[in-house]
Amino acid sequence: MAYVAIADRDHEHELHDPHTFITKYVWSQDHKVIAIQYSLTAIFVGVIALLLSGMMRLQLAFPDSFSFIAPQDYYQFVTIHGMIMVIYLLTALFLGGFGNYLIPLMCGSRDMVFPFMNMLSYWVYLLSVIILLTSFFVPGGPTGAGWTLYPPQAVMQGTPGSSWGIILMLVSLGVFIVAFTMGGLNYVTTVLQARCKGMTLMRMPLSVWGIFIATILGLLAFPALLVSAIMMTLDATIGTSFFMPAVLEAGMQNDHEGGSPILFQHLFWFFGHPEVYIVALPAFGLVSDILACHARKNIFGYRQMVWAIVAIGGLSFIVWAHHMYVSGMDPYFGFFFATTTLIIAVPTAIKVYNWVLTLYEGDIHLRVPMLFCIGFIFTFIHGGLTGLFLGNVVVDLPLSDTYFVVGHFHMVMGVSPVLVVFAAIYHWYPKITGKMYNETMGKWHFWFTFLGAYSIYLPMHYLGILGVPRRYFSYGPTEFIPESAQAMNVGITYSALFVAAAQILFFVNMFMSLRGKKSDPNPWGATTLEWRTPQHPPKHGNWGPSLPTVYRWAYDYSVPGAAKDFISQDEPAAPGAEGFDPEHPNG
Amino acid sequence: MSILGKLAEKSWLTPSAAGDGVDMNTGPEPAAKTALALFIAVLTSIFFLFAVGYRMRMHQPDWEAISDPGLLWINSVALVLASVCMHFARKSALSGDIRGVRYALTLAGALSIAFLVGQFAAWGILRESGLYAVQSPATAFFMLLTGIHALHLFGGLVVWARAAARAWQGIEVKRIRLSVELCTTYWHFLLLVWYVFFTLLLLT
Repeated sequence: MAYVAIADRDHEHELHDPHTFITKYVWSQDHKVIAIQYSLTAIFVGVIALLLSGMMRLQLAFPDSFSFIAPQDYYQFVTIHGMIMVIYLLTALFLGGFGNYLIPLMCGSRDMVFPFMNMLSYWVYLLSVIILLTSFFVPGGPTGAGWTLYPPQAVMQGTPGSSWGIILMLVSLGVFIVAFTMGGLNYVTTVLQARCKGMTLMRMPLSVWGIFIATILGLLAFPALLVSAIMMTLDATIGTSFFMPAVLEAGMQNDHEGGSPILFQHLFWFFGHPEVYIVALPAFGLVSDILACHARKNIFGYRQMVWAIVAIGGLSFIVWAHHMYVSGMDPYFGFFFATTTLIIAVPTAIKVYNWVLTLYEGDIHLRVPMLFCIGFIFTFIHGGLTGLFLGNVVVDLPLSDTYFVVGHFHMVMGVSPVLVVFAAIYHWYPKITGKMYNETMGKWHFWFTFLGAYSIYLPMHYLGILGVPRRYFSYGPTEFIPESAQAMNVGITYSALFVAAAQILFFVNMFMSLRGKKSDPNPWGATTLEWRTPQHPPKHGNWGPSLPTVYRWAYDYSVPGAAKDFISQDEPAAPGAEGFDPEHPNG
Repeated sequence: MSILGKLAEKSWLTPSAAGDGVDMNTGPEPAAKTALALFIAVLTSIFFLFAVGYRMRMHQPDWEAISDPGLLWINSVALVLASVCMHFARKSALSGDIRGVRYALTLAGALSIAFLVGQFAAWGILRESGLYAVQSPATAFFMLLTGIHALHLFGGLVVWARAAARAWQGIEVKRIRLSVELCTTYWHFLLLVWYVFFTLLLLT
């Protein structure tokens, strides 16, 4: 039977071809619209989380100066800030946003294979966000248990939001996981089953590889969070004792007995560590493509890059307990996890070397997306190396509860992915909107954000080494913390407020540019398929009457003898031409 | 080509024939089957982690084993028969026998509903025996494992109801073949999960 592309089949195409404003922009089944819906929602909650971090910084720099920041508020801000940034912003933006936008376009498909389920995924995600934000308006406010929601404290009296807040948090996470699963099944199936003719797995751009493997990680890791959320909800509502031990609560023994808080920690981190890579792998992929494009050079070691993504994905499931060294464990157990943690650094380091080697002798164009990518390499190396410190049990124990950890994880999974988010938005903005933004403003945005972020997180490492504990509302007179630490805290807060304010540049630029000058259909001279759509920006169905055919990999930049310094993936080879072999450039 | 072979492709050397015939747009069937396989992987992860939680919680000093209601054996037989009927429905669908599909599918659904009713009754037996979730972690886990499994079977029944209704509406057999195949795979999977859970409950 002659093949018919899934999104190409007439009856189905008609079904989700939008005719009205509502079906085109609201209940849309078009992956591009869903991607924008996901992205805008994620950025909206991200801004809320950013504001919360500003409040936290105000408190830390000027303790007891703000009547609207009580201790319980502070813990609620910490918790919701962390949860939003990790799950509702970064996971949703990388997979729901970039995954949705790029997978069908880069693979040469018309849409995701299950467009209706894709639409449902966004609306369920929105519901999870609404449930989360509702917790600000219930008695007791949102949970203040910290983003890891460790029992028993998460459901005990005295913890902010231990009545309604924690329940809404857990329900919201459950709903988010349902949304993610619907989206994730779509992304993986689309990559496996809806690539256009000629798009072999190893011709896929690394962005698709990163998103693809990250989605598989998410599909297998989020169940751990779901399982722990279900069990904790039962502990908090009907009084089971899965995680809750017998504890004295306000002088009285609670109704629980024998539950294991460590069991929760294992389940949480079995999700929590892959989650780091659910965020990092798409970032790795996007950076690889943007670097190659703006360095006008093929990515160095494409196959290694793919294998490294796959290896990191696999290894990420056997390192989780390095988050639990301070909970106490068998020394052999700790040794095992310290070793796996060091091993996962190998494929990660390969990726960093390959990015740097891609830049080496490249024809580097320091445009805005490239600046953000180079910034990412710095912050990622920084955050990655401090991760090696913390991966070792003996170093982790004294540092675990200090600002060193805050500096480390913000560098590696806060600043680094966010720089990639900006790089990717600046890179694909012309494709998504058909307009070009103001480059100068973009460059100012980069320098303010990059240098500002360093001035926030670099000093935190020193605070940590001084022994300044994290999670504290205020320190008061503490003997082992010198006064200079407080001066540093004030400096960090000024930097944080400055960086937060600098983001206004980004929003103004993006918003004003919607009315700006039109962009070229392929302004960067990129090789990947999304820049080859017949309409700019691409319309519903992406490809006009027929799907593209792919003839080459995604990195034919500066091929010797070629007319241009890039050859698109869908350009056939000249008769008799052989591929350029970067391993043997002189033939 | 094996997956390792695919991952070893030197893609920069092949700007020639369109991907050597690679063409993944092969229609709806592989997509639906792939999606179900992925979904089963997700569910496996969920069920596995519940089972791991069960095993870990057992080692706490307050754990007291409970005797599982004998009714579970009858329920298990019903689920095996449901799976067998599903298998026959699939076989009939592949051979184009709509009558066979109708009866086998209906019987499979009825047996599955019987299983669910039986599981609910088992909960009742536990409750009457004086053990209640709050007091006994073993009972709480019993209800959790059976409840989660039942919930997934219920979800399957929603899809089954649609397929069965279409079968009785006189639709062409080839138009429901895929639904029947997917249901069968899902039922076999849930049967396997139940037997793992049941064994776990019996052994502990």
